[in-house]
Amino acid sequence: MLRYSLKRLLQGLVTVFLIATATFFAMHSVPGDPLAGDKALTERIRANLEAKYGLDQPLMTQYGIFLGNLVQGDFGISYTQENRRVNDIIREHFPVSATLGILAVAFAGLGGVLWGALTALYRNRWPDMAIMLAVILGISVPSFVFAALGQLLLVQVNGWLGFSLLPVAGWGTVAHMLIPSLVLGLGTMAYLTRLMRSSMLEIVGSDFVRTAKSKGLSASRIFTHHQLRNAILPVVTVLGPAIAAIATGGFVVEMVFAIPGLGRYFVQAVQQLDYTVIMGTTVFYGAFLVFMVIVVDLLYGWIDPRVRLE
Amino acid sequence: MSLTVAQASDRRGDAAFNRSAARQLGLFGLATLIGLAALMWGLNLLASLTATAGGAPPAVDAANNAITVMLAEEPPQLDSTRATDQVSGLVLGHVMEGLLRYDQRGELAPGVAEHWRIDETGATFRLRADARWSDGQPITAHDFVFAWRLGLDPANASQYAFILYPIKNGEAVNQGRLPLTELGARAVDARTLEVAFERPIAFFDKLTAFATYLPVREDFYRAAEGRYGAGADQLLYSGPFAITSWVHGQSLQLDRNPHYWDQARVRLDRISVGYITSDPNTRLNLFKDEKIVMTGLTAENLNSALEQRWRIHRFMDGSIFYLEFNHREGRPTRNLNFRKALALAQDSGELVYKVTKAPGYLPGESLFPRFLDGVHGKFRDEHPARVRQMDLRAARAHLRQARQELGLDEFPPLVLLAGDNPVSNVQTEYFQAVFKRNLGLDIKIDRQIFKQRLAKMTAGDFDLVLAGWGPDYNDPLTFGDLFASWNLNNRGRYASAAYDRQVRIAQGAMDAPTRMAAFAEMQRIIHEDVVIIPNYERGVAYVTHPRVKGIVRRVVGADTDYTYAWIDP
Repeated sequence: MLRYSLKRLLQGLVTVFLIATATFFAMHSVPGDPLAGDKALTERIRANLEAKYGLDQPLMTQYGIFLGNLVQGDFGISYTQENRRVNDIIREHFPVSATLGILAVAFAGLGGVLWGALTALYRNRWPDMAIMLAVILGISVPSFVFAALGQLLLVQVNGWLGFSLLPVAGWGTVAHMLIPSLVLGLGTMAYLTRLMRSSMLEIVGSDFVRTAKSKGLSASRIFTHHQLRNAILPVVTVLGPAIAAIATGGFVVEMVFAIPGLGRYFVQAVQQLDYTVIMGTTVFYGAFLVFMVIVVDLLYGWIDPRVRLE
Repeated sequence: MSLTVAQASDRRGDAAFNRSAARQLGLFGLATLIGLAALMWGLNLLASLTATAGGAPPAVDAANNAITVMLAEEPPQLDSTRATDQVSGLVLGHVMEGLLRYDQRGELAPGVAEHWRIDETGATFRLRADARWSDGQPITAHDFVFAWRLGLDPANASQYAFILYPIKNGEAVNQGRLPLTELGARAVDARTLEVAFERPIAFFDKLTAFATYLPVREDFYRAAEGRYGAGADQLLYSGPFAITSWVHGQSLQLDRNPHYWDQARVRLDRISVGYITSDPNTRLNLFKDEKIVMTGLTAENLNSALEQRWRIHRFMDGSIFYLEFNHREGRPTRNLNFRKALALAQDSGELVYKVTKAPGYLPGESLFPRFLDGVHGKFRDEHPARVRQMDLRAARAHLRQARQELGLDEFPPLVLLAGDNPVSNVQTEYFQAVFKRNLGLDIKIDRQIFKQRLAKMTAGDFDLVLAGWGPDYNDPLTFGDLFASWNLNNRGRYASAAYDRQVRIAQGAMDAPTRMAAFAEMQRIIHEDVVIIPNYERGVAYVTHPRVKGIVRRVVGADTDYTYAWIDP
């Protein structure tokens, strides 16, 4: 187990290094000038700015400096917000995205299992059909539509009530998180519901459930200990990448609900060619994704003793 | 027979099983809800640790004499010597004051300077005795000298350094040819600031209201160790408000600065920036929900605002947008007849009223927008711009002539460089359509993100480009010198000795009639030479909370300005 964990961790580090390298060179080959602004720069000022960010060095030297700083965990200063260090941007804004993401994943995971189990129980009857219709909507409608609709609905409800039931946008309290995290988790919830349904249906007809029934075990025990526990495995597998996807994919939801999360910086940095922020957020998110996959793999062995980690 | 009985009993068993399972699921659902509630409680606790507590304040909080507003983005740079953008300008306009400022009507008014004298060689400013920083120390002449040296310090690499060039040796210092101490600005004593000019300048008083001219106190700047302006505590305030809290990306709180000298003009006690997002629909929703006191309207949500029967305000923001030609050697757009053909084949009125349909926009007629002052009235009233009417016969004649002059059988496809936003998208499609239909020309649209568009403009990698320009100060020169041959922002590289001569007159002359005549001449040359095709002057439609009065929109200076606002009881 320990050996396996160490091995995975090492592999993870190599993956992050590859991500960093690929991003670095891809970013530098994107056309455009990171220093360009509304006003043209004189040569002297441009030279000073290039020196400040090390852009006057050959690309390979820049890469070496970048790797050196990366080992020390230092991503440098943002190009667009010159007084802020990229580390500070990640430190201040990732907790917001993470909070939103945790809640979204909780919604998605718990909801997905619940709805999925329900559809399996009531297969081909109306609860199944109703939920599956919602699932198709949830998977096919992009989150920015749900975000806009959710917000519009809130405005209407608040208008009818005459007071603010839930805030329309902003950040700070749980009330602010409720709708955004629900919207953010909706797609994953729909996906997990479908996954849960198919794995439940597969298990209902399996030998061990039949055996458990014939042994005379109580229905509820069979349901929780034999069906749910087995059916939930595929859900756990996709949960890792789903968590990473939710934590990184919150850009649109963060824009619509005016939430100060990291997703905004992640996307805007690319549009503004903010080299240091691009590298910082990409490497950070890459490491996060790799880490989540490892955690899920380790969890897998704990949930299902049949899986041996070697 | 027995088989069916077994099946029936099995079905009965299944039904019982299902009921039981459903009960289990119900319990699971309940547990889920309780778990989620607990999680949210925990998160709430966590959030209250990291963010400012309290829910959403209302748009108007009469009890605390406070209003809530929103910003389109986090202010990128509150170090006034390096700030370049509108959002930073807006915030700085509330928390900082320079020598002079603009009042409610947009007229220059005394700020930190009590009185001043400007002549051809220089200026002297007398600072008021009661002007104080937010920590109670007096604002001195040295704070201005320090800020201006900082703005020109090559090591500081300020993009707006050029605006300080009218000060003697400004450009030489910025180019590193002279030491900072050679700058022609001197603190005679704590309250007297003496400025020597590089050459006579007619609008220096207007420049001193600009952000780059704001004071910075040396000891505070040095103590911030390169993080000046990064947070609420890392900035010292000279204006009517002070930032008391700043949660990056989320909120700023501006409270009345008790040390500000002109307390009488400030009527609000607090301005909260509660939201930071560039999404126009979110802004509209927040306004509907009475969470912010003002929002701009886009063409898409104008109807929604009309349905609400809100009173819609209009405002021209002073920016001008145009189709700029590439005048470099080897481009077909270098040919005057070709440019005339293009200009005659389109109609800015059609573009504004039928194509973009953005609320508040006006068809472009000149490089000089309508707000600029002339000698007595508005410059554009005193010198009406000549406008080409769409004329396809003439356009085709010019095109034939151009073809002969260039020795071409067929024109190659023209590259139209543009930004990637909704308005410029329809604009490019309009030009593509009219030039094809009216002149048979093929237009290749090259849509780029902002930085890439600028890089291509600077490199001259285009035939036509959708460009725009906004004013830095309230004088026609802020537009006029744009097409001077030496101006780095002249990205189409238009060069004309006659035009340059007029720019030099406007830069050096002190009397308004001479200068305005020079600008009128520039306007004529731009029209005759078809340096650009004016597209539109940008307008803004917006709505404000009915109880908040005195919100000022500005063409130059901090826009939007809430420093004069008050809550109607």
